[in-house]
Amino acid sequence: MAERKKAGGPSRITGKEIVKRMEDSAGGVYGKIMKHKHPEITFPVRALSNVTYDPKVGYFEIRGETVSRTLHYNTVKTFAQTMRMMGMSKELIRTDDFATKRDAYYMSKNWEEARFDEQVESDTVMDDLEAHFMVNREQLGFVPDEHGGQVAGELVVIDRDRETGRRLEIDCTRFGSGAYAVPPTVEHLEFKTSAKFVLAIETGGIFQRLAAHNFWRKAKCILVSMGGVPTRACRRFIRRLSESNRMPVYAFVDCDPYGISNIYRTLKVGSGNAAHINQYFCVPHATYLGVTPQDIKDYSLPTHPLKEVDIKRADDALKNDPFFQHYKPWQDAMKMLLAMGVRAEQQAFSKHTLSYVMDEYLPRKLKHTEKFLP
Amino acid sequence: MNSMAKVKTPVKPTGKKKGKGSPEGSPPEEEAPVEEPAHDKDSVVAHKMASEQREISVSEFFTKNRHLLGFDNPRKALLTTVKEAVDNSLDACEEAGVLPDVEVTIRPVEGNAERFRVIVEDNGPGIVKQQIPQIFAKLLYGSKFHRLRMSRGQQGIGISAAGMYGQLTTGQPVRITSRISSRKPAHYYEVVINTHKNEPDILKEEAVEWDKPRGTRVELVIEGKYQRGRLSVDDYLEQTAIANPHVEVLYEAPDGEKFKYPRAAKDLPTPPKEIKPHPYGVELGTLIKMLRGTSSRRVSGCLASDFSRVSPRVAAEICRGAGLDVTTSPKKVAVAEADRLLTAIRGTKIMAPSTDCLSPIGEDLIRKGLSRQIDAAFQCAVSRSPAVYRGNPFAIEAGIAFGGKLSPDGDKKPEQEATAPPKDKENEPEAVKLLRFANRVPLLYQPGACAITKAVVSIDWRSYGLQQPRGSLPLGPAVIFVHMASVWVPFTSESKEAVAHYPEILKEIKLALQECGRQLSMFINRRRRMAEEFKKRSYIEKYIPQLVIGLRDILGFSEADAKRCTKNLQAILEKTRGELDTSILGKKGAGTRNGE
Repeated sequence: MAERKKAGGPSRITGKEIVKRMEDSAGGVYGKIMKHKHPEITFPVRALSNVTYDPKVGYFEIRGETVSRTLHYNTVKTFAQTMRMMGMSKELIRTDDFATKRDAYYMSKNWEEARFDEQVESDTVMDDLEAHFMVNREQLGFVPDEHGGQVAGELVVIDRDRETGRRLEIDCTRFGSGAYAVPPTVEHLEFKTSAKFVLAIETGGIFQRLAAHNFWRKAKCILVSMGGVPTRACRRFIRRLSESNRMPVYAFVDCDPYGISNIYRTLKVGSGNAAHINQYFCVPHATYLGVTPQDIKDYSLPTHPLKEVDIKRADDALKNDPFFQHYKPWQDAMKMLLAMGVRAEQQAFSKHTLSYVMDEYLPRKLKHTEKFLP
Repeated sequence: MNSMAKVKTPVKPTGKKKGKGSPEGSPPEEEAPVEEPAHDKDSVVAHKMASEQREISVSEFFTKNRHLLGFDNPRKALLTTVKEAVDNSLDACEEAGVLPDVEVTIRPVEGNAERFRVIVEDNGPGIVKQQIPQIFAKLLYGSKFHRLRMSRGQQGIGISAAGMYGQLTTGQPVRITSRISSRKPAHYYEVVINTHKNEPDILKEEAVEWDKPRGTRVELVIEGKYQRGRLSVDDYLEQTAIANPHVEVLYEAPDGEKFKYPRAAKDLPTPPKEIKPHPYGVELGTLIKMLRGTSSRRVSGCLASDFSRVSPRVAAEICRGAGLDVTTSPKKVAVAEADRLLTAIRGTKIMAPSTDCLSPIGEDLIRKGLSRQIDAAFQCAVSRSPAVYRGNPFAIEAGIAFGGKLSPDGDKKPEQEATAPPKDKENEPEAVKLLRFANRVPLLYQPGACAITKAVVSIDWRSYGLQQPRGSLPLGPAVIFVHMASVWVPFTSESKEAVAHYPEILKEIKLALQECGRQLSMFINRRRRMAEEFKKRSYIEKYIPQLVIGLRDILGFSEADAKRCTKNLQAILEKTRGELDTSILGKKGAGTRNGE
């Protein structure tokens, strides 16, 4: 992928440099083996326990905690898989090719006993590797399978033709009843827009409704559907889009612990699992439009009772998540939700009328963006 | 039925034999004597009946009741015949201090598929000429019944019963050749039993040439049925070899196949000593008989000299307890007094009988015997020190062989007396093979009625690492060996197939088996750990090449370096794991291995 070399942000490290790091790492392991010593590989701990949050920085920063994986009976399988995955990555970089995460999983099938049985296993090893080298998996030659989200609004995305490399101007208003899809890598994209803000939406359902009625035109915004927890590409897209035009980002998700602590928190500050790259894959200036627990009351939304997993997730966020520990308003909101014992979906506004959400709710909320949750 | 009531009375008081004796020697049905009520009204009938009442010879009795002696069906009859002849040979050899060489030959009789010629030949001391007819053609004639000494035979019924059975089914006499010394000629006899009189009829008697310097050869023609597998002659001889490692057996099966069970131990078992009866084991009738027959002039003297473990002091104590004067003449002790004497004996503390009358096989030889016949990964054996039931000393020995190539001989379908549960599912572990022995003789039939089986079943084998369905034998690739050595093994019937359920015996068997079980569970645990270790190692082996490929993809070193790297990795990963003894897994036909 020619784009990778040119891209800014996380791609400041060149492919050559990454290969060098691989050779150093593998060389260290090899050297130990040749000296009859137990080799080891060190990884940063990929968990919420190893991140800090400072609003001035804006995202989850990785702390120094590392874990050493020493070669012995229990680790020999992962050790072999890590080495083979590294070898695969080196080959991808050398040939300037890429493999999706699913491809990587299938490529392991001829590693005999070291093959992965499930894709989650290969994804984990991949995450280990990028954390080990402190790079983004795209730099290792691996791209995600899932698309990064749908986009609608007055926006021109400047891309390149895959074959010729010729400059392409993509007008997001010209997709008719469809929408522009965020590509797996977005570093090379440039944007032209006159929109005032980005509305990041959790569900496809609300996105469809807003896009179909050209809500973006009325509200002067760009609609991005995240489809659950936003992918890295989606987060990076929103980040670059909003930064290039100095637009605020408002998140509109379900009012439940998952929507708040997983979708919104990951969009804004990144995740514990990919802490080493959060710097690039987050939208620190995003704020929370709704649905808030207060909205449930104010708009008398129909609700569902919180499930056990919801309660556990909320408790966990309050207890372990540096983001929630930092923001009192969020703690209050979460506690309020727990006290109410219910959750409400974005589409619950359809209780009033189908267009209530764009005719009433969103305009009313957007009048007081200062009241959005941090 | 009333005709049977009199069987216990000896038909002919002549000769040395005595039909009366220990109740174990008698079929249980005969216990209660039937008395005809003497009502006048019925006297005609009584007189008529009296004219029909007459003595029955033991021979006649057993002719009708041959199942009591183990001749219930042709297959079993063949086995019993071989067994009686071999038991006699082994007893004779051991008594004479000769390492037994026994040859067993079974040949089908031409023109009659149901008849077999059984020939058993030994290198024993031989039999003096005039005893030959009595031994082979007179029931309840023998040397073993009256003495208290451990031997295979007990009753003096076996071989003559086999002869009688042959005579009954084929009309052929028993043919005996015996020689007692190389300086004396061999004698050849053809005898049949006179069932009416229980006396031998000699058909032929001559001195013959024989290439053997010493020994006895018995030839019988009987109706039988030969079938391989469980409960067969083959099975019996194989088990005999296990319990008698000092014996060498050559066997020619009816189909002409020849087997050799070589001698595994060069030493004869220590000859057991004969002991006097222990007072705890004596019953009223026996006591009275002994009092009548003693040469002592005082009761106390009789007690002290005719019983074991009775000192004059103890004898006096017994007399005092019974309220008898020590000087009373034993011949004048009334039945009621004898009864008191017996009660006094039970209430007096008397030392347990001496145990040199027993000759257990020994732990070493049991292991040797097991390992000779069964290629198992593990063997253990336990010899308990002797204990006493009803005044009779006995010792229990147990052994377990486990794993390895040991294959249960379940390829033949089990007989009606099968112990194994029906194997309807493949891969289900089979029940262990239980080998029961009494005085070194394998017990093949009636496992369900035997105290040994009961003891095995009553143990919780799951705590020793074997599966066990409720109330059954444990499952698994194992052989359980139990031997009871005693001066008098309490069989449930004359055919000597099952040991009676005395609590003392059950307890000893259980203790022996539990100790074996503990050793077994140690082995099983060790083996399980080894298996895990083995799995881990092969697990490691699978991934090393992949690790090296990965490294080589990145670093691009040479083939030779890759090999070196692989070797180093193996060393690094296995260094910490220590030596691996795979033999315990039974993957490479492991040798004898003690429990620990």
